[in-house]
Order: sequence, then C-alpha cells, then structure tokens
Amino acid sequence: MDIPRHWRLKKQRYALMGEVCGHCDAKLFPPRDICPECGEEAKTLFQFSGRGEVYSHTTVYDPPQGYESQAPYTLAMVKLEEGPLVTAQLTDLGEQEAEIGMPVEMVTRLLRSATDERGLLVYGYKFRPAVAG
Amino acid sequence: MRDVVIAGIGQTPVAEHWEISLRELAFQAMEAALDDAAGLRPSALYVGNMLSASLSHQAHLGTLLADFAGFTSIEAAAIEAAGASGAMALRIGAMAVASGQVDAVMVLGVEKLSDQVTGEVEAALAMGTDTDYEAEQGMTGTAQAAMLAQRYLHEFEVPEHALGGFPLTAHANGANNPNAMFQRAVKPEAYAKAGMVSAPLNMFDIAPNADGAAAVLLTRPDLLPPKFAHPLVEITGSSAVTDTLALHDRPDPLAFNAARLSIERACADAGIMPGDADFFELFDAFSIYTALSMEAAGFAERGKGWELAQNGFIQLDGEMPIATLGGLKARGFPGGAAGVYQTVEAALQLRGQAGKGQIAGAKTALVQSLGGPASTAVTHVLTRLDEKS
Amino acid sequence: MTESNQIHDHEHETARLLKPQNPVGIVGYGAYVPRYRLPAKEVSRVWTNGTGGLPILEKSVPGSDEDVATMSIEAARNALGRAQIAPTEIRAVWVGSESHPYAVKPTSTIVAEAIGAVPSTQAADWEFACKAGTEAMVAAMGVVGSGMMGYAMAIGMDTAQGRPGDALEYTAGAGGAAFIIGPADKALAEIESTYSFVTDTPDFWRRAYQKYPEHGHRFTGEPAYFKHITSAGEAMFEATGTKAEDYKFAVFHQPNTKFPQRAGAMLGFTPEQIETGLLVPRIGNTYSGAAIIGLTAILDIAEPGDRIMLVSFGSGAGSDAMVLRVTDNIKGKPQLATKTEDYIARRTEIDYAEYVRMRGKLTMK
Repeated sequence: MDIPRHWRLKKQRYALMGEVCGHCDAKLFPPRDICPECGEEAKTLFQFSGRGEVYSHTTVYDPPQGYESQAPYTLAMVKLEEGPLVTAQLTDLGEQEAEIGMPVEMVTRLLRSATDERGLLVYGYKFRPAVAG
Repeated sequence: MRDVVIAGIGQTPVAEHWEISLRELAFQAMEAALDDAAGLRPSALYVGNMLSASLSHQAHLGTLLADFAGFTSIEAAAIEAAGASGAMALRIGAMAVASGQVDAVMVLGVEKLSDQVTGEVEAALAMGTDTDYEAEQGMTGTAQAAMLAQRYLHEFEVPEHALGGFPLTAHANGANNPNAMFQRAVKPEAYAKAGMVSAPLNMFDIAPNADGAAAVLLTRPDLLPPKFAHPLVEITGSSAVTDTLALHDRPDPLAFNAARLSIERACADAGIMPGDADFFELFDAFSIYTALSMEAAGFAERGKGWELAQNGFIQLDGEMPIATLGGLKARGFPGGAAGVYQTVEAALQLRGQAGKGQIAGAKTALVQSLGGPASTAVTHVLTRLDEKS
Repeated sequence: MTESNQIHDHEHETARLLKPQNPVGIVGYGAYVPRYRLPAKEVSRVWTNGTGGLPILEKSVPGSDEDVATMSIEAARNALGRAQIAPTEIRAVWVGSESHPYAVKPTSTIVAEAIGAVPSTQAADWEFACKAGTEAMVAAMGVVGSGMMGYAMAIGMDTAQGRPGDALEYTAGAGGAAFIIGPADKALAEIESTYSFVTDTPDFWRRAYQKYPEHGHRFTGEPAYFKHITSAGEAMFEATGTKAEDYKFAVFHQPNTKFPQRAGAMLGFTPEQIETGLLVPRIGNTYSGAAIIGLTAILDIAEPGDRIMLVSFGSGAGSDAMVLRVTDNIKGKPQLATKTEDYIARRTEIDYAEYVRMRGKLTMK
C-alpha cells in the first residue's frame, strides 16, 4: 500500500506545494533540495497557483497495472504559470479535445481509483480545462 | 578507452521465450560468446538487466548467472540504468579491463519481459520514470514518448506519418537478421493504418517488448593469440551521461542533451567526429527517439530529424545507416539487454558477418543506448582493430 | 399531565431560537457541481421503457476520480477564495455527508490538509442523512459565536447513492457547498438565528455495509419531509415575528422538483422567492449539499439587505431553519470564485452506460 510514501508527499500531491529558491527566486516543482537554476540550496515552501497551460499531451489506451479502470486517460505535461513543467492527468475533459496551449487549472482528485476496496485512497493533483467564472 | 577488444559475441533470438527461464536464456548467450572467443574464460561477469527483481522476483543476478554458467568464484554483479543497463554494463566491463584489474569480462544483457502480463510489464517499465511524480500519475515510457512526439509534431509542423520512415527502415533491415523478432518489411500503407497506442504514436512507432539475452567477452588484445578466429573489434570510445530523470524537469524536453553529450564525449575519446562513423546503432525504442537522437548526434538540425526518414540518409546504402539489423523496432526491445544486442550487431557489421544486411567495408560504429527519454545516455565507438591506425 | 406527555408535546412548543452570544455570519462560501449530467429520461429509458413522470430534468454525476473529499476540497477552496483569509485562521473543518469515502477515517482531515488549515484545527465528519451540512453550520455558529474560534468551515457534500432502477436513481446527484462562518462584522451574510426541529421518523436509511439506501416511498412525504420542513419554517416565522413576504429568497431541501415547491407554497412563499435556489431540476438531489448549494446560488446574486430563509431536511428526521441577512460585504464577493450557475453550465451529458461505468456500478469481480 506504500502508506508512508504517499503520506509524506501529501502537501505536494494535494495542493501543488513546491519550493522557491531563496537565492535566485526560481519556483520549483517538484520540490528538490538543490536549485537547478543556480545550484544553491532551496528549502522555502511555495504554494503554486495551479494555473498553467498544456505543453503536450497523450491518451493512454494500454494502462499500467493499477490504472486499468481509468483507461483511456489523458496525460499531459503542464507548464505552470510560475515556470515549472509538471506531469499530470487531465480530467473533466468531457467532449473537449486536449490541445497544446489549452489553459488548465489544478484540481485535487483520486489518483488511484479503489480497485482494491480495502486499500488506501490516493489523492493528488490533476488538471482540467479552466472553468469560466 | 585503451586496449579493450571484443573477443567473443553471442545472442539468442529476441522473442517471447515462454519455455526458457531467465538463467537459461542468459546462459545461451554466454555460451555462444564463449564459443566465439575460442575458449577465453572470464574473470568477471557484469550483467545489464532492468527488471528481473520485479518481473521475475529475482535479485542478486550476477551471482545467480555466474553460478549457473559454471563461472565458479569469479566476480559478478548486475548493473541497472533502465533501457541503458546493457550499455552501462559494457562500459563498466570495458573500464575494468582497461584498468588492468580484470583480464577478461563477460558482459551480459538479459531481460525476461514475458514472465508477467502486459499491465504488469508496463507498470514495471514505468519504474524507470520518476515514480513519485511521473509513474504515480499513470505515466508510462510510451506515454512519455507520445508526449514528446505530440510536442515535436506541433512545434516543427511535421507532416502526418513523417516519423514512419524510421520504423519502416528498421523493419526492412530486420528482414536480414535471423535473431530479429520481426523479419519482414512493412509497407507505408500498413503504417498509416496502424492502430493508435498512445496518440500520436501507433503500433509501429513503438518497439515491441520481448525476451532476449546477448553477451560480449572483453579482454586486452595482448592476452589473445596473434592469429585469432575472427577479426577483433576494439572499444575506442565510451561515455555515459545523465540528464534529469523526469522529462518535466528539463528546460527543453525536445533536446536530448545527455544523448548529445555522450556522443560528443565518446567521439572525443575515440578521436573521431560522429560523421566519421560508417553507421549508427541508435536507440529506436520509439520513432520519436530516433528523430531526437539523430538531432542530438548532430546529423540533423533541431526540428529537422524527421526529414532523415524521408531522404534515404538512414538506409543501409545511405550516408548514416541506422538500425542496420532491425534496431529495437524490428529486432525487438529486450529491456536492459538492448545495449548488448546493439553492440553484438555492430560487431557483426565490423567483422563483415552481417549477412545480407552487411554494410560494405564498415570500419567504425557509433552505438548509443538510452535509459528513458535520454535520462541516461551511453555511447560507444567501436572500431575494427586491423583498421586502427 | 404526565411526564411522558410533556415530552411528547414538544412539537407544539413555541420555537426556541438558537442564537450565538456574538453575532456570526458567512464570511466565505463556495459551491461545487461535477461536470457530468445524466438526464432522468435515460434512467426511464432503461428501467421503465421511457414511461412515467420524471422527478427532475437531469442530475449531476461525479467523474470516476471524484468523491466527497475531492469535491469538498474544491468547494472549500472557493469559500477561501471569497473569504480572503489565511487558511490557518480556520480552526474547524467539518464535512457533512452520507457518502464519506471511508467508513472509518475522516474526510475532514483530507480537506483540511489540502486547503492548508492543518494542524491547529478541529476536524470531524458529520452525518445526518441530508442535513449533515446545516448541522455542521449550526455547530460552527456555536463555536464562533461563543468566541472559541475566529472562523470555522462547514461543508455539506454528497455523491448520493441510489439503487439501479429505484426511484432515487433518477435524482441522486452530486455536489454541495462549503461555508466559512465568522464574526458578523466580516460576514457577507449574517445568520441571525437558527432553529432545529427533530423527531425519530424512519423515512430513509442505509444500514452498515450496504451500498444503497432504503426508503419508505410515500412515507417520505407527509410525515417526514413536509412535517419537518413546515414545522421548522413556521416555528421560525413565529419566533422571529416574520412572514414569507419579508424574505427575498427561500431555499429548502430539494429531493425532487415538486417537494420544495409544495413546501414553499405551504409556508406562503411565491415561486419567484424559491426559483433562484431551486437547483434540483438541473443537478438532482445533492443530499447533504442540496439546500445549501441552493443558498450559494442565491448569494451569487443577492443584494445587501436581502433576507433569506433556509430550511434543510435530513431523513431520520429533522430540519434546520436559518434566517440570513445579506450585508454590504457581499459586493464583489461572488466574482472571487466560480459561481454556482457557472458550474451548472459546465455540462457534459452522458448516457446510462457511461453513468454505470463512472459510478463504479460495473462488476469487475
């Protein structure tokens, strides 16, 4: 069930909590201990807005084990407005086609649907087409 | 690299070997390499393997396979670098010989992907991505390649089916390889009609997973008798380079920087330019990888690699033939064994033993393996020894 | 008069209002409705050959990656967006639902973690059939009104269950709302008072380990829904000295289109007063979310000074009535997050087969 692994990532997973480099102000997601921009230590938490646009996407028809019930699902690399690229599923597409450049926003969803009824529910970020409002 | 030669080569057919276990498959390749090396015995075994622990529930592979092959009391270990595992084992083996610590090294690549069903294999292969931030989202190696292809087609306005020339070339060449999984040419119409696996990649854009084992026996030339059974191939250049593990951590995902650097460093090591090679065994796990690898090696400008699939550049009689015995696409993709297969095939070419797929007078080969989307890149320059100045 | 008679007589007592020591109100509110819609005629097509009346037009259906935790997180983020306070100022996160993802393990800690309210916060899950949301709101009024907490968040959210082919399957929708309760001077709507009316009336239940609820068919009407809603509403009129015409809007628990229309009429409200909050025809019955998501649609268009009456209903059974007065702080607030009608307009119609797959009703073993 990987309980500790999922648990320790909850801030990143639920809310796109990354880091900002105290030296060069680069915004980092996923968080990492050494800033790839300037090579200095980066430790300060930074809350990403969750807004971005699709850099690229694909639809998966042959899912890995554990994702069968979700297939076909759409994966994307999303360019966050603060800079980083993040890999995540697109959700709530409805009849919309994924497109490069499409504005998207982060939502917290079930990453793993509970095929094992006894197991942990794993929640995390996905992105959906930005909702008007 | 100094004074390391390939004294023996061996390989099994790449296929779904339902009836053969991992250890038996490994032994077949090693036995063939031992025969080819006229009785030379290794004092170390380095095994390139990616997934035996998860798919065959077998770790401690070096000892198991040394034991099973009867190499009593030798040094042995497994080396893992995803799809580049075999190539990394080759580099470690070559460095061991070059250092003088070891006289003869058996470098084995082995992978048994058919021990589990498809979804389990996809999940295991996805362990080569960033588990916490890629695989957890349902990412697979194929999906990663598909996203690269999607972006590539978008950014460079590439015509539909333009990448198809790469797998078609591989399949045409695979027809000449008795060990290839697919030994038949494929028509462009078949490519255009193929079922989508992970859009925009169709079935023909993706190398098939399969089982296989390949082995090379390395030694120093001064340890061999002057009149040897076959021409010797020298490892003249070697380089391994890493990039970010996750694709999303790169400023420009379409630049295979590790692939570029490893070509530059291996060629500098060998004292050649990439264009001096007679052919290029690259890592065509996905057709988009071929385009990006050709660009990284400097054979095409950024965004122009796809054009090489159209103009004959990569065919056996072209300026830089690739996948000369089918590549990963037609020979098949046996995971961590791929790099050793590429090396065995390059050695066959340089020894003049490539049969109908022979490139006339081939003297120098570039061989490159990738782990993930060039998260690891390992490049070797192989040179026919009697041609070395 | 015997002691037991005295207890039995409570239904006829004059309402005793619940009013906190310090005035409180809604500082931020947020709704959530999933994207997918199942038309009632699809259920009818599969189960009754398309014959029979339809209780609503269509209901909202959650995507296969949604549950009460994910939906509550989104509504909570919307509420925070409107409240414009730091999440750490929220000292309680309470989620009312009858479809909590876990039987044992709080939904509320997931929500609190996701919005950044942890760790110095109260967290708990509430259950009272369809009124778990207002129950949490009343409790929040208490802890804020007593001065124990500056802000408390109350959520009512459901992914309602209905057995395939059952009358409930037409209406069992998904959605709800989140409210941040805080001091009245910071509120966009003051909750002036509340009153709860509760009896043991078994009109609807779901036993442990059961997937789908049971209900008393026509028994769910007169002795349950109408009795509790109208009793709570009338008691509220009496205690506050108000009449239906004193309110700009009224919103009730809405299990189908007709019940709240009839309850509204029984209390003297006109169709115009209940129209804005009557969302059930277009999103279905969102159970713990039903009355309060109607309230969010009202707040999206309300003007300072508007008075609102809300009466929830939870089977089992009880009603919470609330009287709200919109303040000047409402100005500019609706625009700070996605409005309820925008969620409703975000609509993708699905057929019964897609619905069966999305709701996990396909047996895989």
